[in-house]
Amino acid sequence: MAILTEDECRAILKKALGYSKADECEINFGGSDSGNIRYARNTVSTSGAVSSTSMVISSAFGKKLGVVTTNEYDDASVEKAVRLSEELANLAPENPEFVSFLGPQTYAPRSKTFVPETAAITPAIRTDMVGQSLKIAKDNKLIAAGYLDNSAGFSSMMNSHGLFAYNTSTNVNFSVTLRSEDGTGSGYSTKGFTDVSKMDTLAFTKIAAQKAGGSKGAKAIEPGKYTVILEPAAGIVLLEQLYGGLDARSADEGRSFLSKAGGKTRLGEKMVDERINIYSDPSNPDLPTSSWAGDGQPQIRRSWIEKGVVKNFTYSRYWAQKQGVKPIPNPDSIIMEGGNATLGELIKGTEKGILVTRLWYIRPVDPQTLLFTGLTRDGTFYIENGQIKFPIKNLRFNESPVIMLNNLDALGISERTVSGESGQNALIPPMRIRDFTFTSLSDAV
Amino acid sequence: MKRKDFLYLTGMGISASMLSRIPVFGSPVLPGHDMSPVDVALKKRMADVVLNAARAKGATYTDVRIGRYLNQFVVTRENKVENIVDTQSYGMGIRVIANGCWGFAATDKLDTDSIAKAAELAVAIAKENARIQTDPVQLVAQKGHGEVSWKTPIERNAFEVPIKEKTDLLLSVNDAAMKGGANYVNSILFLVNEQKYFASTDGSYIDQDIHRIWPLFAVTKIDSKTGKFETRQSLSAPRGMGYEYMTPRESDKIKSVTTLYKDRYDMVEDARAAATQADQKLKAKSVEPGKYDLVLDPSHLWLTIHESVGHPTELDRVLGYEANFAGTSFLTLDKWESKKFNFGSKNVNIVADKTQPGSLGAVGYDDEGVEAKKWDIIKDGILVNYQAIRDQAHIIGLTESQGCCYSQSWQDVQFQRMANISLQPGKIPMGVNDMIKNIEKGIYIIGDSSFSIDQQRYNFQFSGQLYYEIKNGKIVGMLNDVAYQSNTQEFWNSCAAVCDANDYRLGGSFFDGKGQPMQASAVSHGSSTALFKGVNVINTARKI
Repeated sequence: MAILTEDECRAILKKALGYSKADECEINFGGSDSGNIRYARNTVSTSGAVSSTSMVISSAFGKKLGVVTTNEYDDASVEKAVRLSEELANLAPENPEFVSFLGPQTYAPRSKTFVPETAAITPAIRTDMVGQSLKIAKDNKLIAAGYLDNSAGFSSMMNSHGLFAYNTSTNVNFSVTLRSEDGTGSGYSTKGFTDVSKMDTLAFTKIAAQKAGGSKGAKAIEPGKYTVILEPAAGIVLLEQLYGGLDARSADEGRSFLSKAGGKTRLGEKMVDERINIYSDPSNPDLPTSSWAGDGQPQIRRSWIEKGVVKNFTYSRYWAQKQGVKPIPNPDSIIMEGGNATLGELIKGTEKGILVTRLWYIRPVDPQTLLFTGLTRDGTFYIENGQIKFPIKNLRFNESPVIMLNNLDALGISERTVSGESGQNALIPPMRIRDFTFTSLSDAV
Repeated sequence: MKRKDFLYLTGMGISASMLSRIPVFGSPVLPGHDMSPVDVALKKRMADVVLNAARAKGATYTDVRIGRYLNQFVVTRENKVENIVDTQSYGMGIRVIANGCWGFAATDKLDTDSIAKAAELAVAIAKENARIQTDPVQLVAQKGHGEVSWKTPIERNAFEVPIKEKTDLLLSVNDAAMKGGANYVNSILFLVNEQKYFASTDGSYIDQDIHRIWPLFAVTKIDSKTGKFETRQSLSAPRGMGYEYMTPRESDKIKSVTTLYKDRYDMVEDARAAATQADQKLKAKSVEPGKYDLVLDPSHLWLTIHESVGHPTELDRVLGYEANFAGTSFLTLDKWESKKFNFGSKNVNIVADKTQPGSLGAVGYDDEGVEAKKWDIIKDGILVNYQAIRDQAHIIGLTESQGCCYSQSWQDVQFQRMANISLQPGKIPMGVNDMIKNIEKGIYIIGDSSFSIDQQRYNFQFSGQLYYEIKNGKIVGMLNDVAYQSNTQEFWNSCAAVCDANDYRLGGSFFDGKGQPMQASAVSHGSSTALFKGVNVINTARKI
């Protein structure tokens, strides 16, 4: 389906709202076209294309809410869906946590979240982009497995209190793992962009090829506490456990790493090294995101951790009302401020340490301390006197991102990366961390 | 669906914020709305349109799946019903081979023109991708089944049980926990009905009606003086059953240090026990790291089987198809070809079974029209087979597929997914007490919790819900901060005994994740309680 314009969305939504007889009604309307190619064993394996749109109609009578989704937009179908949502609301039990929909909001000017060239990607363009990656693999006698996907979409919402919001977006994500033919070396690279012109599958595959070649013949080292340099793709999977867990309600209820004895929380306290600054900003040119959240709240630049101090929690509208504070939506973009050093300079400044390309299979061990376990993967190297000396076998860690950010040694330049666990994009610097806890060796390559 | 959603659910930490992350497909349906499957004759007509359209554009093979996927979530906390969500998703996925390459397209517009266009798009994508393909797809032969059907043998359709009966049950579960001293309790009932129709150019027209159910809770206890908190999650299992699973039956209870459940679950009783045990966990002794004999209950062991046996024996991983994401496997083809790779001790017999009644993986036919079957994976400790689908079968010399193909919805392409993989019970009569009485220094672990394993399935770390210290043949108290780490081959070779069939139970998950884009698959793993000698246990307590 084509990307509907703001005027088209406004007209459709206005008409749909016109059918409402509920106390209040809110409608979210969006759609996307997406496509992907998956490849492995140096050849394409599966691929596909999905086109879908949906209109989500929420009707409320008092604290009783009914929600219906439809993908048919002729007048009769929309009216039927609105009626259904009202019937559903009448049947629903009262939800004591229901909060009335928002009134009109003021949003910041739209960021450049939509790039026409990305929206214009065809199956042939995808095939060519993957062809570039496969060429590097074959030239280097390596075996490639990778994934490229792109999407273009629009989102809009309107409610009976006069709120209207609209946005469009595009994304293209790429990841590749190259393995040596004998299975003793493996390298990984991943990138995500709004603008496809930045997606150089050839260059990014070269990085994976270098790591694959360099990781052959890995040596075992004793598990223990080591200085590590976490590349952005490795750091993000631990950091997202921290910035994704800043929920006020669980902290206030006493069941979060942010809770303290006696019903108190860590809000406003210094929790990590004072060089740590984590914020969200929808207008950041490297990671532009929507200026409004799914429930219509404005998304603004907001600090989460400033100079190591926890500055903000996220508050649902219900919990904010109960606690007498302003609601704060979950951010769409996370930016961790970096330093000025390149990855190469971080390596140069390391006397003894480990360079980590990727961390994998991250799972919570203790929610009280935010302790997570997982393993290194696809390119782990020993550094001595500022130089990469040799590849090492992979290691299992047990570490908390809170402890990790207290053991910060140095920060590099922030860059946009993709989490191999959640698929989310964020701006994350490479980090040099002291005393990172490895607990056992793995034979996996 | 975002991978993060899986992580939260597969971690099965169901705190309030986590419940809101449960992935929901499709559109809500009204309670009481007609949920009976779509007319088979209509589905056959649509399928034939697609098969003909794809053939006309040059497809040499086509399959079409018309799916109606129903979910219901009933979500409560303490004395509140938080949410009741009914969803349905209805659409068609078309998979073709053209110029020797796979192509796939999906649509939820089911008029004749739209489905014919989707078929043409699938063929166009296949032809485009064929430009960079090196090995043409080879499908092992599969005979057409004609028009057939299969249904999960349920006693009571959970979707037809009145909502009030479900909310009343969950609220009484919460009440039992709160009366037992819990600070918070979250509970959820998760129901799935897959109504799926498959047709292919092999001449199959297969109509299936699959049912699954999963009751879950998490009880939280907080020590306000210290700020410490502990949770104890339900010891239920997700099952390929109807609502009958929710009716307790004494003959399905195993009385151990806590009550354990076979084919019927007593959710209220388990919640009452959980409140007491969450409090005991707060006061439990922190484990001394070192080597222990581990007695692993099926409510825990299923996940270790899943990660360390189920995944490395998936042929797509062995061959490298998952190298960029879920990973490869240490069980390389040469190990299987040798016919003597010592995966585990003689006590280790593991079968793959797509026919097991009450299991999550049980179907009549897989998502490429192959009849469900059962086969050996590990026999007397030796690796003897993998799990394969039609386009992989030739690689391991099979003349037919093992029927492991699955897609989570009509809009995702089907691929190789794990069958039910289960450890067979011991042949010598033995209960858990018989096992414990001979142990000098051990830990009895019940329930699943944290789990992590490397991308080739060598090194793993697991935690549980309840840990009981065993000293000189007796349980002496509860432990905390326990995780065990091992290497798959070493671990299964340390398997010294497996209890008999009276102790056999199923565990499992709705959310086995694999593939790009990520797809979820539901799978069960059965076992009796098993003993593993001298496993490395670490202490996970830290301070922040």
